[in-house]
Amino acid sequence: MWSFSNIANNIHAWLGNNFNPTMTLVIEMVLAGVAVIGLFAGLGLVLVIMERKVSAWMQIRLGPNRVGPKGMLQSLADTIKLIVKEGLTPDGADKFLFNLAPFIAMIVAMLLMAPIAFAKDFQLWDLNIGVLFVSAVSSIMVISILMAGWASNNKYSLMGAMRSGAQIVSYELSAGLSILTIVVLSGSLSVSDIIYSQADGWWIFKGHIPVLIAFVTFIIAVTAETNRAPFDLAEAESELTAGFHTEYSGMKFALFFLAEYVNVFIVCAIGATLFLGGWMPFHIGSWEGFNQVMDYIPSSIWFFGKTFFLIFVIMWFRWTFPRLRIDQLLNLEWKYLLPISMINLLIVTAMAILKWHF
Amino acid sequence: MFEEVGTTPEGDMIINVGPQHPATHGVLHLVITLNGETIKKVEPHLGYIHRSIEKMCESLSYRQFIYVTSRMDYLSAHMNNHACAMCVEKGLQVEIPPRAQVIRVLMSELTRIASHELWWGAMAMDLGAFTPFFHAFRERESINDIMEETCGARLTMNYMVPGGVMHDLHPNFQQRVKAFMKLYKKKIHEYDEMVTGNIIFQNRMKNVGVLSANDAISYGCTGPTARGSGVSSDIRKLYPYEIYNTLEFDEVLETGGDSFARYMVRIREMQQSIRIIEQLIDNIPEGDFQTKTKAVLKLPKGEFYSRVETARGELGVYIVSEGGTTPYRIKFRSPGFSNLSVLNHISKGSKLGDLVAMMGTLDLVIPDIDR
Repeated sequence: MWSFSNIANNIHAWLGNNFNPTMTLVIEMVLAGVAVIGLFAGLGLVLVIMERKVSAWMQIRLGPNRVGPKGMLQSLADTIKLIVKEGLTPDGADKFLFNLAPFIAMIVAMLLMAPIAFAKDFQLWDLNIGVLFVSAVSSIMVISILMAGWASNNKYSLMGAMRSGAQIVSYELSAGLSILTIVVLSGSLSVSDIIYSQADGWWIFKGHIPVLIAFVTFIIAVTAETNRAPFDLAEAESELTAGFHTEYSGMKFALFFLAEYVNVFIVCAIGATLFLGGWMPFHIGSWEGFNQVMDYIPSSIWFFGKTFFLIFVIMWFRWTFPRLRIDQLLNLEWKYLLPISMINLLIVTAMAILKWHF
Repeated sequence: MFEEVGTTPEGDMIINVGPQHPATHGVLHLVITLNGETIKKVEPHLGYIHRSIEKMCESLSYRQFIYVTSRMDYLSAHMNNHACAMCVEKGLQVEIPPRAQVIRVLMSELTRIASHELWWGAMAMDLGAFTPFFHAFRERESINDIMEETCGARLTMNYMVPGGVMHDLHPNFQQRVKAFMKLYKKKIHEYDEMVTGNIIFQNRMKNVGVLSANDAISYGCTGPTARGSGVSSDIRKLYPYEIYNTLEFDEVLETGGDSFARYMVRIREMQQSIRIIEQLIDNIPEGDFQTKTKAVLKLPKGEFYSRVETARGELGVYIVSEGGTTPYRIKFRSPGFSNLSVLNHISKGSKLGDLVAMMGTLDLVIPDIDR
């Protein structure tokens, strides 16, 4: 049957027959790197056009419709424009940090792609602490934002960066705690183990209300972590013009922009993996016939379907909610989300020990 | 490497918002002293769009100067023209025909709705919600189409002239207005669902930028800004002009004084305007739309004052005449200027994000402030 894992295995076998083991490893690493860069660029283009179409649909307008069929090549045209545009560095800026910041944002987004399972047994790196890796690496994102805000030598940028620092550091707590609930239930940090633990039903259905609470907390927390509205205080354009990337232009701005969208994809992919079963088709306990019918839908379609559904939800937030104020934002995390997720984690732990879940 | 510029001796940060900034809706320049995110002082700097309209008016004839006033508060162009036309009529001592009076009131109320629609969308955008802007423009466009048909312009109408209105209503007018009101009533619930009822929105607006009734009076606030603090200031009720004293409508008063009260005043005012239009749209009297006046108007020697309720508050027009064909002196009392002056008072101690929300609820139109 056609699947990503078969293609990967065939390539691996062919390389193994034609090259020595070291060379095979080198070629495979290069291929993986090219695939990640290609996916990074491809996702950026797709998500930007998706956001513009979704927002247009919510705002009773058409959205881009001139470049290509139904405007689908608009983001490609925008990318070309951004590449040929001059990337200004302000005189007063700290030039090294200013130019370094967008690359850190990009590298973080690329690193985060490693443990994601895009289809059945198709994963760049199935490391045994996959979920921990994601939470750890995603914290580096804040450094690039702080660096950009500080190095720009602009007060708006600095304020945006400081807001972002407070925000990302706080919301990582509840995002981490809600991830932990699934780790407790499935008993593993590895992404593939977590997905296989959902073969008889996704955790959001198996885990009763506590997992539902964890899911909602997770969605709120990752929306804040990726600086998306209603938590887009770092770039709040009605207050801070463009926040931390006020001074960026050309490709350096585009890297921040792409990194934001790729981050949205990654957190949604993680959410889909943990709570909605990743590439695992919709299975109900022991209904063999039903489960087999579901298995006919390719696993990559299941994964991307769930991920894009979550991305749509996050876009939906952005285009319908007003922005929070900085103190309300921190209150929401420290006074509500964090206590709720802590108690929730205790309940889930009790549930896992007593085997109350399905 | 980083010079210590832009800070006060106490170490507070000074930040320039504007003259080019997304939140100022024009070229307003605010010098804000910030302690972290908390505002210590807001100092508005004006004059970036000063076109010396008052001086310009003094060199134009009594027919001509009205056209310039459309460019003051461009969102209530009808009301500006209305105030000027009424002031000239006072000097000429002409009565305007009933049909013209009804047309004037209808147009003013439509303009009020259009202005509040734009304010609603822009204010939601200040708070970071983009979608309401487009929904507001859907209704506003149909008002602009009505204006375009009858007046020939969508923004600076120049429709009210001394003695009545410039020309008669377009035959489609009644039908188009009724279609608009049907659309408005069908869509008004979206406003509540999208913005008014939103928990984030309410948290951002309630108990923020509180303006007490006494302060509203002493700063000279008028319009929805004052009525949000419970100060009765509706010129249509206090000093009725045209046919407003024969119409049934309520003066909208809220007592909160915070941003949310000012918001609710405008939302409810739109419904009152709809009520006025409903009473008049089927009862437009037949007859002349303009009183015959001389080709060259000459006001007798003296001082004349008239005021109207624009979408932002009280607009006063003061004309000093020496008996010639041009005014000796013209002074406009614009609502925006006094409303802006409370900004420093109400924003002290609040966060930077709230300042933007407060500016939104004051409904500032910068050309109206600078003139």
